[in-house]
Amino acid sequence: MKHKELTRRERRFLFRIVTALAAFLALLITDRCIGLSEGAVEGFHWAFVFLLYLGIYLWIGYDVLLRAARNLVGGSPLDENFLMCVATFGAFALGIWHAARGERAEGFDEACAVLLFYQVGEFFQGYATGKARRSVSALMEIRPDFAHVLRNGTIETVDPSEVLPGERICVMPGERIPLDGVLVKGESTLDARALTGESLPQEVREGSGVLSGCINLTSQIEICVEKAFYESTVSRILEMVENASDKKSRAEHFISRFATVYTPTVVGLALVLAILPSLFTGDWASWIYRALSFLVVSCPCALVISVPMTFFVGIGAASSRQIMVKGSNYLEQFSRVNIYVFDKTGTLTGGRFSVRAVLPADRREEILRLAAIAEQNSSHPIAGSIRAAWGKEEGRDYVLTNLAGFGVRAEREGDVILCGNAGLMREYGILLPKAEKTVGTTVYVARNGAYVGEIRVADEERAEAREVISSLHDQGARTVMLTGDCESVAREIASELGISEYRASLLPQDKVSEVERLLKEKKARDVLCFVGDGINDAPVLMRSDIGIAMGGVGSDAAIEAADVVLMKDDLRGLLTAQRIAKRTMRTVRQNIVFSLAVKGAILLLSAFGIANMWIAIFGDVGVAVLAILNAMRVGRLGKGAE
Amino acid sequence: MKKSYRMENLECAHCAAKMERAIAKLKGVQSVTVNFMAQRFILEADDASFETILEQAEAICRKVEPDCRILR
Repeated sequence: MKHKELTRRERRFLFRIVTALAAFLALLITDRCIGLSEGAVEGFHWAFVFLLYLGIYLWIGYDVLLRAARNLVGGSPLDENFLMCVATFGAFALGIWHAARGERAEGFDEACAVLLFYQVGEFFQGYATGKARRSVSALMEIRPDFAHVLRNGTIETVDPSEVLPGERICVMPGERIPLDGVLVKGESTLDARALTGESLPQEVREGSGVLSGCINLTSQIEICVEKAFYESTVSRILEMVENASDKKSRAEHFISRFATVYTPTVVGLALVLAILPSLFTGDWASWIYRALSFLVVSCPCALVISVPMTFFVGIGAASSRQIMVKGSNYLEQFSRVNIYVFDKTGTLTGGRFSVRAVLPADRREEILRLAAIAEQNSSHPIAGSIRAAWGKEEGRDYVLTNLAGFGVRAEREGDVILCGNAGLMREYGILLPKAEKTVGTTVYVARNGAYVGEIRVADEERAEAREVISSLHDQGARTVMLTGDCESVAREIASELGISEYRASLLPQDKVSEVERLLKEKKARDVLCFVGDGINDAPVLMRSDIGIAMGGVGSDAAIEAADVVLMKDDLRGLLTAQRIAKRTMRTVRQNIVFSLAVKGAILLLSAFGIANMWIAIFGDVGVAVLAILNAMRVGRLGKGAE
Repeated sequence: MKKSYRMENLECAHCAAKMERAIAKLKGVQSVTVNFMAQRFILEADDASFETILEQAEAICRKVEPDCRILR
């Protein structure tokens, strides 16, 4: 335990614990070895020992006593501070009672130990929660600390929240971009890894939009700010993670309900145990002692802290992998998903297009060459795929005319090439062969008024899609693909990817009704998860049990509507999220079962007089510490751990 | 109106739950979250009496944990 990691408060607390523990052990050992409290000398030695123990007791526990007193006055007596006080006062009182009757004075050491170890547990809990908090915020190292804003010709360095939209900021190489905006001066490369997980640096020039949270790598740039800090990508993401643990999971609700019932029940049982058997046996001392042990385990701390902490750490681990989970409840539900519905475009297929076929095939060279000439200046992804398929530069001297929404006309000395959709061909009166419906988009090519051929372009499946689908099937999940493509195309893609079901020829609005139908058909225990690219599918994202938006950084609608956002445009994020969710839930269940079992065992053993107060306090603090350590382990699924 | 604040010195999970229960009973409060792990306080309450409710809420927090503050 490094001391500089502790706050001043924690250090003072630690000092009290260490000194009290040392004094307690010294006293305990001398007492046990020499037998101070049974010393024959004048019969008053026990009072001397009692005072020494009481001194240590007050030193370590004065704050507990104060809090108990305050709560007693404040009208909520059944809190753990008060119960600890009752248990320890009771133990002291029993000791004095024994001693006063001339019996062996025992129990002072126990009373003192109970409070001492209770405080050790408190300290550890505080330390561990602080550590969890720090590690989660360290994982999210995207918060910018300052912005250099250009005002009246000089550069002022201010807090990002003080910069208004419309102002210009300047970002030096190596700094983090503090606010969303448009680059107005300079060129540079940006590292967006913290935001999207994309490891390739991104080139930006004047006019490019830049997102806050990226690191400026190569040269100084000036940005015109478009959004205030609290609306910028960075704050929205941080906000989302920080607020995530507000949406409580069922496990957390169970724990808070349990906690309100548990303490009064245990206290009630303790009262019964103290009074009822004693009435018959008359052995008040030993039954009261057993009842006091009950009070020691009456605090549900292990559960109250470890369960929310597990979720917190799980959500933190996910965010370090560029997966934003909007609440513990979603993590809980996501661990049980067994129906995955994919919107094809943007999830199973990426935004990249490729030439699938050229018809007629024997004129492939000519068709591609003509199309590449026509499309040489176009920035449309389809044009890019045609140029990539041809692979050479050609016909630079053609005059190009872009006919928006139709295609391109290229002309050189009377040689006219037309390249575009069916509408363009109709416009120029070119006869097309009878079309058969196929994959993706068809680009027609005509030369000097006659049809030459056509190119079929479709978006490529993601490289990782097959692997992801098959591991989802290995987990016993159902996969469904929704697409606007026609039946034959959908069948082809589904079989290529190994998806078990598909729904073809869907218009965007049909997707909602299709998901609703799936929701209605599913059994009560099934959980349906919809994966979309966050564009135009907000209603479906909201409607499904769990809505996942992929590659959604910068898309406000996706971040709003989705329950889980995979910021990195990679389908494998789904498996990572699934693993984290399952691991979190397993840890939560382990902690609940383990803590309840240990507490139950201690209660039973103390009721039968087998366990004494020492075992009760060790068991209680021990189980809390173990549960917290178990919760922290989930964090290892975060960055850098595979 | 729904607003979110940071909290300071919120030391025990049980206390957070206690504050939450007590504040939820205040008049005009629609929803309240006292988040122990994230040290955040989120209050949704009537616009007109928001400030007074916030003050009452802070008083409740201080009663449960004297060092606890809502930072605004």
